[in-house]
Amino acid sequence: MAATEITPAAWLRLALALVIAALVALLAKMSLATVLPEDRLDILYHSFDGGGVTIDGPSVLVRKEFADTVSVYANYYADYVSSASIDVEVSGASRYAEERTEYSVGAEYLHDRTIMNVSYTNSSENDYDAETFAVGVSQDFFGDLTTLSMGFSLGQDDVGNNTDETFAEEAEHRRYSIGLSQVLTKNWIASIGLETVADEGFLQNPYRFVRFLVPFSATPFGTEAENYPETRNSDAVALRTIYYLPYRAALRGEYRNYNDNWGIEADNFEIRYTHPLKSNWMLEAKLRFYKQTKADFYSDLFEFRNAQEFRARDKELSTYTNRTFGLGVTYQLKADFLSAFEKSTVNLYWDHMQFDYDDFRDARVSLNDPTVNAGEEPLYSFDADVIRLYFSFWY
Amino acid sequence: MNRYKRALNCIFKYIFKYSAALCLILLGGCSSLPSGIEPWVKPYERQHLADPIMSFERDAVATRYINHVYEAREAARGAEGSAGGGCGCN
Repeated sequence: MAATEITPAAWLRLALALVIAALVALLAKMSLATVLPEDRLDILYHSFDGGGVTIDGPSVLVRKEFADTVSVYANYYADYVSSASIDVEVSGASRYAEERTEYSVGAEYLHDRTIMNVSYTNSSENDYDAETFAVGVSQDFFGDLTTLSMGFSLGQDDVGNNTDETFAEEAEHRRYSIGLSQVLTKNWIASIGLETVADEGFLQNPYRFVRFLVPFSATPFGTEAENYPETRNSDAVALRTIYYLPYRAALRGEYRNYNDNWGIEADNFEIRYTHPLKSNWMLEAKLRFYKQTKADFYSDLFEFRNAQEFRARDKELSTYTNRTFGLGVTYQLKADFLSAFEKSTVNLYWDHMQFDYDDFRDARVSLNDPTVNAGEEPLYSFDADVIRLYFSFWY
Repeated sequence: MNRYKRALNCIFKYIFKYSAALCLILLGGCSSLPSGIEPWVKPYERQHLADPIMSFERDAVATRYINHVYEAREAARGAEGSAGGGCGCN
């Protein structure tokens, strides 16, 4: 009996089977198994410019994995502030400059499908020092389609005052978070996150003041120090989803609802579109809307001095909306350009923010124009531009 | 030293509080799932999910910064995602 001859069609089937097996193995490797973050170095320049305030500075984040089980990172961040905001102008002060420096270190430990993390952050200004300790754990299960995560952080602040050397106050912040991420289909992921924050201590800005009506006075209004409650508790819930479109692009949506015991309720919604192009380019566009109600003890103009025990005129505690439009571009450098790294990218993101306040008036107008009474000034609004320019290197 | 003791005490309380809740969720979830339900997206179907564009936040350094911008100018805070956690600044 003659030996069975392998026909060209059989060779073709065998080759096809090998290609499919290799493809399956490759895709299995690309699955969402629990992994530590990638080793990379990021060098960022950031800038915020709006409302008379300019803040810029660097941020450097470096991360390294050891023995496939531990990943450590360190972050240096600085803010260089030059401010002549509306609050500064109304107070009669001149533009001031200050600097904030922040150092963070942290580590993740991977065991099977569990990642445990711990981090420490130290932030320092000439009148404000803060330390934050954080721990967390995340667990993948259900075939790595589901990730459950929990976190806790404790922040402790020392508050000073540049105009009063004897001033020394403290504040403490506890944050509790829990999140669930779920792969819904081969193109769709959704997640839900909840976070409770409990603050205690000196929670106000020692320089900020409220204003009140002063009848028969040469000045349009009087001022006195703000006074906030010493506790604040808030809850936030965020829903996020990301979808892989029929072509290579992704659509990301986010909704967050927030409320606290100061009476503030806030919602924000964001939609983001990411579109890779051939030849190493990637484009991104986003729209974000934010609105909030005022704190119970906020007023733009109180009726008289000491009108109530708790009082605030911080515009971040007023009723307002904020719209953000953002564009971003990423370029992946050619492999031979920086051969020391596996991959290198240059990234530029620009966000334009528009703030419109519903009950915060431009008090500069009544100060400069005696025909305009306090409380009759136009509502305040401003635009800001936010730049993120950064270089990322994978190794 | 007192603040570090308070921090540790708080962490232990939190772990105790939420580990009980987590166990209940997992037990409840496992018991309510019919035994026939299996992960419906197979490993070989996950090439789109593994694409970097499907990451909620690709670059932690940039996400941390923009969250800091929002938190400094908005009253709302919390649930920013994995890159959140507070900026420790006034």
